[in-house]
Amino acid sequence: MPFFFESLTNTMNDIENLKRIASQVRRDIIRQTNMASSGHPGGSLGCADFLTLLYFKIMDHNPAFNMDAANEDVFFLSNGHVSPLFYSILSRAAYFPVSELATFRKLNSRLQGHPATHEGLPGVRVASGSLGQGLSVAIGMALTKKLNKDNKTVYVLSGDGELQEGQIWEAAMFAAHHKVDNLVLTVDWNGQQIDGPNDEVISLGDLNGKWTSFGWEVLEMDGHDFNDMIATLEEAKSKCKNGKPVCILMKTAMGKGVDFMEGTHHWHGKAPNAEQTEIALSQLEETLGDY
Amino acid sequence: MLENFNYTEKKATRDGFGAAMTELGRENPDVIALCADLVGSLKINKFIEENPDRFFQVGVAEANMMGIAAGLATGGKIPFTSTFANFSTGRVYDQIRQSIAYSHKNVKICASHAGLTLGEDGATHQILEDIGLMKMLPGMVVINPADFNQTKAATKAIADYYGPVYLRFGRPGWPVFMPEGNFEIGKAIMMNEGSDITLVATGHMLWYAVEAAKSMEAEGISVELINIHTIKPLDNEAILKSVRKTGKCVVAEEHQRLGGLGESIAGLLAEHHPSPMRFVAVKDTFGESGKPDQLLEKYGLSINDIIKNCKSLLG
Repeated sequence: MPFFFESLTNTMNDIENLKRIASQVRRDIIRQTNMASSGHPGGSLGCADFLTLLYFKIMDHNPAFNMDAANEDVFFLSNGHVSPLFYSILSRAAYFPVSELATFRKLNSRLQGHPATHEGLPGVRVASGSLGQGLSVAIGMALTKKLNKDNKTVYVLSGDGELQEGQIWEAAMFAAHHKVDNLVLTVDWNGQQIDGPNDEVISLGDLNGKWTSFGWEVLEMDGHDFNDMIATLEEAKSKCKNGKPVCILMKTAMGKGVDFMEGTHHWHGKAPNAEQTEIALSQLEETLGDY
Repeated sequence: MLENFNYTEKKATRDGFGAAMTELGRENPDVIALCADLVGSLKINKFIEENPDRFFQVGVAEANMMGIAAGLATGGKIPFTSTFANFSTGRVYDQIRQSIAYSHKNVKICASHAGLTLGEDGATHQILEDIGLMKMLPGMVVINPADFNQTKAATKAIADYYGPVYLRFGRPGWPVFMPEGNFEIGKAIMMNEGSDITLVATGHMLWYAVEAAKSMEAEGISVELINIHTIKPLDNEAILKSVRKTGKCVVAEEHQRLGGLGESIAGLLAEHHPSPMRFVAVKDTFGESGKPDQLLEKYGLSINDIIKNCKSLLG
């Protein structure tokens, strides 16, 4: 295990340290998308704090990577377009060398535009990108854990625009009916999608009420407040094994951490140019060393 | 050899699937069954009764079923999804493509009521495009067994194979004429050696091809009859060897001509041994309500159609 990961895990309770990791992760996101001249920085930046917390404090997981995730907590990324975030987190958590981030979206890379298992990238268990599928896959893994009497938890992240996919609600019904209560879905609730604000594209309405009426435990949290997220994820865990799946509606700002990207859908799927990259990086401290 | 293929009873291929699932439930603790509100039609009641913990009723939500299957496979289980062929393929193509095929998950997509022989429910349910859809997916194995025994054997064989599989079978009672026993994925079965013409058939059409071959043999035509139960990977060698001998080939299938087994064989022959061919398949049209035999007759898939197509090549 690389030195930096050990040093991180030794002090991982420290919120300041989580913030330092998240800052580096955001730098990785900006640099990957800039170098690839493509990719999705907005949602990636918005979920950076959450995924940092999940991989560096909450989950009991093994970077040696076993596909079946037996006896470990497991995470599925349903909104696969935030791949630069996922890759940064996985590499910083020692699933694969950080230097490999330089291959993002390039020919012959394991770091495909959207995450895939096809090239054997450690940490990825299913392809995602075509939206709405990850929750179903996570349910399948959660059922496996129940069948195997494996007590660990399955986490899945979905976008909010993604909730417009019908499969999400098929999965929501199934998980409640079959009491899939070792499952925590987090919705990146930034209110934005490619064509604009959710409320202008297709309104999601009362999300809390929707998930509650589908039979889920629903929690809300601020996706940029580590104290709130730690408390909410602990509450989510305490609500597991009670017959209901858990949904966390996570308020985030798309583009969080880079002032000119924050709170707008314009950076959903657009890469920063050289000048924009320089400005963005000046706002994000290099804490763990750029790749 | 043709005289070895006779039948005393008719049984549905879907019953072969159900019988195999019962055995798999007893033999393989990793096998999981999922169904989208069609348990009775898929004949898996016994599996469910004996293994209630290893069955998941998904309701009328096939997309979710495919995703859950991908997740179960990721965890090391061997999920068998079961619903009608229409809802197993076209309806959930993107879920299969991304979560199962591209992700190379060990999911068995088991599909009943394929083709015209579904009968009275009509064209909404009579999918004739499923083989094409599924064979185009990289890494997907596509199997279309001919009768109860072969479907049963195929169902058991795919549990021992690692990777995504599409298993296609049907609704009606159909002659049981194949011997019980082993099933080798991707290995053609030589039903009758002959020298005048190669006749290839898959699924329900194999029985019609047996009847057609018997009739032609009685007229002195030497028919080489091949059972292609695995459409992908195709047994290229068996087909090429036969057509190199006979010089002509007729393919019979309960599917659209576009995208079917015939097209796969045409591609193979075009590349390696260009030869005259005829296609006994549905010609770019939808089906309709009716009895299975009436429908096969109307859409050009009768025993007579096979004979006519063979004779048109023999001149």
